[in-house]
Amino acid sequence: MARKKIREYDSKRLLKEHLKRLAGINLEICSAQVNESTDFAELTNSEPWLSSTRLVVKPDMLFGKRGKSGLVGLNMDLAQVAQFVKERLGVEVEMGGCKAPITTFIVEPFVPHDQEYYLNIVSDRLGCSISFSECGGIEIEENWDKVKTVSLPTEKTLTSEACAPLIATLPLEVRGKIGDFIKGVFTVFQDLDFTFLEMNPFTLVNGEPYPLDMRGELDDTAAFKNFEKWGGIEFPLPFGRVLSSTESFIHALDEKTSASLKFTVLNPKGRIWTMVAGGGASVIYADTVGDLGYASELGNYAEYSGAPKEEEVLQYARVVLDCATADPDGRKRALLIGGGIANFTDVAATFNGIIRALREKESKLKASRMHIYVRRGGPNYQTGLARMRALGDEIGVPLEVYGPEATMTGICKQAIDCIMSAA
Amino acid sequence: MATGQLFSRTTQALFYNYKQLPVQRMLDFDFLCGRETPSVAGIINPGSEGFQKLFFGQEEIAIPVHTTIEAACAAHPTADVFINFASFRSAAASSMAALKQPTIRVIAIIAEGVPELDAKQLIAYAKANNKVVIGPATVGGIQAGAFKIGDTAGTIDNIIQCKLYRPGSVGFVSKSGGMSNEMYSSIARVTDGIFEGIAIGGDVFPGSTLSDHVLRFNNIPQIKMMVVLGELGGRDEYSLVEALKHGKIHKPVVAWVSGTCARLFKSEVQFGHAGAKSGGEMESAQAKNQALQDAGAVVPTSYEAFEDAIKETFEKLVEEGKITPVKEFTPPQIPEDLATAIKSGKVRAPTHIVSTISDDRGEEPCYAGIPMSTIVEQGYGIGDVISLLWFKRSLPRYCTQFIEMCIILCADHGPCISGAHNAIVTARAGKDLVSCLVSGLLTIGPRFGGAIDDAAKYFKDAYDRGLSPYEFVEGMKRKGIRVPGIGHRIKRGDNRDKRVEVLQNYGRTHFPSVKYMEYAVQVETYTLSKANNLVLNVDGAIGSLFLDLLAGSGMFTKPEIDEIIQIGYLNGLFVLARSIGLIGHTFDQKRLKQPLYRHPWEDVLYTK
Repeated sequence: MARKKIREYDSKRLLKEHLKRLAGINLEICSAQVNESTDFAELTNSEPWLSSTRLVVKPDMLFGKRGKSGLVGLNMDLAQVAQFVKERLGVEVEMGGCKAPITTFIVEPFVPHDQEYYLNIVSDRLGCSISFSECGGIEIEENWDKVKTVSLPTEKTLTSEACAPLIATLPLEVRGKIGDFIKGVFTVFQDLDFTFLEMNPFTLVNGEPYPLDMRGELDDTAAFKNFEKWGGIEFPLPFGRVLSSTESFIHALDEKTSASLKFTVLNPKGRIWTMVAGGGASVIYADTVGDLGYASELGNYAEYSGAPKEEEVLQYARVVLDCATADPDGRKRALLIGGGIANFTDVAATFNGIIRALREKESKLKASRMHIYVRRGGPNYQTGLARMRALGDEIGVPLEVYGPEATMTGICKQAIDCIMSAA
Repeated sequence: MATGQLFSRTTQALFYNYKQLPVQRMLDFDFLCGRETPSVAGIINPGSEGFQKLFFGQEEIAIPVHTTIEAACAAHPTADVFINFASFRSAAASSMAALKQPTIRVIAIIAEGVPELDAKQLIAYAKANNKVVIGPATVGGIQAGAFKIGDTAGTIDNIIQCKLYRPGSVGFVSKSGGMSNEMYSSIARVTDGIFEGIAIGGDVFPGSTLSDHVLRFNNIPQIKMMVVLGELGGRDEYSLVEALKHGKIHKPVVAWVSGTCARLFKSEVQFGHAGAKSGGEMESAQAKNQALQDAGAVVPTSYEAFEDAIKETFEKLVEEGKITPVKEFTPPQIPEDLATAIKSGKVRAPTHIVSTISDDRGEEPCYAGIPMSTIVEQGYGIGDVISLLWFKRSLPRYCTQFIEMCIILCADHGPCISGAHNAIVTARAGKDLVSCLVSGLLTIGPRFGGAIDDAAKYFKDAYDRGLSPYEFVEGMKRKGIRVPGIGHRIKRGDNRDKRVEVLQNYGRTHFPSVKYMEYAVQVETYTLSKANNLVLNVDGAIGSLFLDLLAGSGMFTKPEIDEIIQIGYLNGLFVLARSIGLIGHTFDQKRLKQPLYRHPWEDVLYTK
């Protein structure tokens, strides 16, 4: 299970479509997505309301507090929206410490409103918690004491009784409508494998619920069940996470295989690089370099697991080595080919791919004064380690090899000592 | 067994979705521990039933295989652990079915990628019914010297190295399955080893949590201290913090939460495990380590210092006299599997089959070294494929075209021929295609269909020995053998077989030499002088021209040619060709829905 944020546009698209199917509630919302490939004339053809309604435009980039950051255009006509987008598309903004360009906007009808309600559903271990407030909007945090929450155990359904505490203080004339809406949204939440859903706010238009702002997260491991229901869903990277070409290459490789291949560059000029087997161990190697005080020298985070094929390991290792050996500066570097004691992965088999890549990159390794440290255990590790040792002799790159008798992270210290030593 | 103890030396499991290696590893572990019964009572493999042969030490045992979970539980009522190796798509449904069985107490789900909502249903059901779920996305767990789930703890060497064949005093729980194995090794280095180890899996909502297991370990008297390896993301560690704060845990806990590196990443990062995601400050490794330390756990300064912290805690327990020395014993030797031994170069074993014509081990199957894609891309025909698979070489196009002509000419000869007749009768008896085909093929022999082979054999022998047509024909007559390839029921000297003419023209145009065919023609000239129906027939033409193909193409040595004739290649050509017709007749009868054939009385001479 992995929770993935989706764009507001998709959240609303899914809610509108499935609220109708599952609860018979017709949402009168319209949304259009705008990015660099948008042709406004074409868009207006398919979404005619764009030219007949006053509009709202805002970035649809998985970050909040857009109003507070002055990134929302209110009560505009289409020309103004186009101008608003033009001025901001591709422009870098900083949000929560992450800087990245804005690439996607959502455009919707401008809906003047007084009442702002808050609705939030989060999946937790033993059920879901559903929160509601009649004081929603950007002041929600100041009004947190007005938020009411019910915890619904997994085995229970959201009945009117279960829902009642949320809406008990609402005026009678809207209570039933909003209660039905909350129940309907919850049904969609469950049916589509949402893990998080928030509307802050939603309002009533002509007495009918109308979400103004919405966030959603889906469980991407449920994709196999929801292929049709989700439609062409996009799982954008978290805001600020811009993949370099090497990272996107590995990302694409990862999506195609049943194994797991992860690669993130932390510091392209770093002198300690890692290529670690296993989800748990890979984190610990990165931790250890940091704990030893050399976080600033750590080039990357890299993990491979789930028994990738030799060819996949080869492609993966090539990329890691290219980054690790880029722009030699005359100073020593270290590569940690680490891992714990595997349960069932054939160590020799996965090492074959790495060895092929190392052999190919011999001159680059030498040019960047790379020192390689290997530590691994598990099925067939003796053969794998012996081949690594032989490779070191063959290509003449300094290479030290350790098995399960050594501690897992001992090579981190060695790598640090190596790059810090003179000459 | 203490409350909370999940496994013992008699625990038996049902294994869902058979995988040979993990089951064998479990049985090897059993043998190593000196268990009397194998820990796998039964296997569930939807769609198959019977037995699966596996080793228990040196001995081979048969473990029953069941189609359904219900049947397996009914057959093995004492098996209370369900080990689920189903894919992420079906793991949830099969796990729920298993949880609903009254005999199942513990289930372990190996698959990674089980949807969160499905996992939550399992958690809710298990909680309501007092059952334990380990996983999803885990390797499982192990009770040293007693019971092991699937692939946990890896190889036998590692199990011995980590002293997992006998119980120690440490209870271990982690999220990561890979790291659990590493930690067994670490713990064995500095303590008397683990008593039990569980990997709860890397998902956001594991079926059972770190604190669930620590609280369980707290109740097991043999466990004297606990080691916990947590991970950033989620709030699971806080339930352990609460338990510690509320004094529910009476044994020392050494804990480390990995993921201190997350602060190096500017944006949100998904690490290797689904649950390992940098979220709020509360979910960070630093915050969790701090909270655990504040609650009284022994928390090292880094993973590097983890082993030392475990060592110090253990040594303190030893000093306090709380550790009962472990009774050491030497575990029995597990016989090595042949495949492993061969791979490691320790033994060699003779093969039982040799094959030289095709190889399906590489990227794609090869015929005589030529990959199938090349065969298709180069536009090879059936004749080329035959030359690769039968003659192990690429013959020139004129040869392969000739082979194809032979197949075309021999494909069928009408419904009255014995082979076709048999196929028809069999088809009408309602038999399947293969039965019909072989009943037809089985008539091929000395009297039907063998003439090509024989013609080639005798013509070659006669020609090579330099016999004149007269000597040859008369010699055969003396031996009482009809000259094969000569004679036709209808065709006459003045009304030659069209097929023979086509073949002869082809040979004369394309073959570098047609000496055998010309010899056959000379023989025909002589036999025609004896009777007008003794013409060279199609069998004789194919047989003699095939000799020319072999001798004239320059691609075969003399001994090779002799062998080809000797072992019946030409008969093979006939069998192959005629199969086309026999299959046709079978389909024809089936399509026409012909009833059972009964030979009419009138057509039988009843006599004494």
